[in-house]
Amino acid sequence: MRKVVLPGDLLSTNPKVAGYGTYIEDGKVYAKILGLFDQTETHIKVIPLKGRYIPTVGDVVVGIVREVAANGWLVDIHSPYQAFLPITENPEVKPNKKPNEILEIGDAIIAKVLNIDPKMKVTLSMKDRMCRAIRFGRIVAINPARVPRVIGKKGSMIKLLKGELDIQIVVGQNGLIWINGDRRKVSIAEEVIYLIEEEAHTEGLTDRVAEFIERRKSDVGEQTG
Amino acid sequence: MLASKPDRFIINGKRLDGRTFDQLRPIKIEANVLKRADGSCFLEMGKNKVVAAVYGPREVHPRHLQDPSKAIIRYRYNMAPFSVEERKRPGPDRRSIEISKVSKEAFESVIMKELFPRSAIDIFVEVLQADAGSRTACLNAASVALVDAGVPMRGMITSVAVAKVDGVLVLDPMKEEDNFGEADLPFAFLIRNGRIESIVLLQMDGCITRDELKQALRLAKKGAMEIYKLQREAILRKYILEEIDEPSGDENA
Repeated sequence: MRKVVLPGDLLSTNPKVAGYGTYIEDGKVYAKILGLFDQTETHIKVIPLKGRYIPTVGDVVVGIVREVAANGWLVDIHSPYQAFLPITENPEVKPNKKPNEILEIGDAIIAKVLNIDPKMKVTLSMKDRMCRAIRFGRIVAINPARVPRVIGKKGSMIKLLKGELDIQIVVGQNGLIWINGDRRKVSIAEEVIYLIEEEAHTEGLTDRVAEFIERRKSDVGEQTG
Repeated sequence: MLASKPDRFIINGKRLDGRTFDQLRPIKIEANVLKRADGSCFLEMGKNKVVAAVYGPREVHPRHLQDPSKAIIRYRYNMAPFSVEERKRPGPDRRSIEISKVSKEAFESVIMKELFPRSAIDIFVEVLQADAGSRTACLNAASVALVDAGVPMRGMITSVAVAKVDGVLVLDPMKEEDNFGEADLPFAFLIRNGRIESIVLLQMDGCITRDELKQALRLAKKGAMEIYKLQREAILRKYILEEIDEPSGDENA
């Protein structure tokens, strides 16, 4: 089991191994956030247990349009920073269409973080196979620190959900998850995601989730059949 | 009923409440008590009862306050009208504005604000019941709440006061010692990896000699280390529990 560390805890005296969630002072590596201490031979990091989503270039995020401007859209990505999606980065834009005819306030989108400047001005792009405007389905919000657990090791958890329930899922790095498919199955998926959020970082989570899905599927089956 | 000045503060080497000179009041800390806050903490230090809540980093409103190079930190110390014997007029007054300012400055030195430009970290601390040393209780609670919120920090803040009564220095004064004593000194320390790294807050009311100040510092450091252990335990209790918690089976009603 990995140890829980607090800010200021000394992790190593070798600054070369320092990774995420650590800081270096006088050649010593300290934890800077509350999290789980993860150590390999060449690398140490702190896996966060709490905290807001801070965007990184290349992240896939689910966002909600908050404002429409002449040159693009302002998008809420559940982070301290609002993101901007320029019209040039939306492939749906046609010369004869105005921005508000493509995306309106309140519309949800799947986008990629294209660029972040030093002032944390975030630019999004929708020029990617995964990206699209969301017109149906459901969005579930969870603690962004739990996102890696929803995805699982090499996508194992997502694969399990998709395979067992036959639904579409896109997990935004910002903790917003889009689910689409049969309504009952989407409801099960929602419950499963909350279960994962609740019990993240416990042993054998994938097995328990598989078991949970089976049980819920048979429950639903009995009600209808 | 307002207490009146006792004749003597120290009787047979014991204080009015039976403590020795270097003994803290009983402390109870619980982390993560508020669901809607990013981080929170309930703390009891003797008869003090305080709740701290941390939000952020989040967008700054009003916009003109934002700083393009770092996060701004806002600290609000507030006493509930029912927290003292005579009803306190609600809202900020001169005392609470000053406490908020110095406490904010204490946290500015430990929070890594450069990581979140153009954002704000809000800390709210409510005093539900006040005895002496409520600012130190608030600092301790806010520190736990910040860790609970996952805010990056260089270490943790631990705070304790020292008072002088009947010519003797005492740790963590209670109400009578604070009101009628000769001096009151709240300290706050930055503690990193179990070591006191620096003093982030020091105030003084009354007068003491240079030697007494040094002695007071030693006393405060000793007290702070005890509180630091309790702060750590409070957070670890919350998160280790989560680690080993067994799945609770059927809860789909």
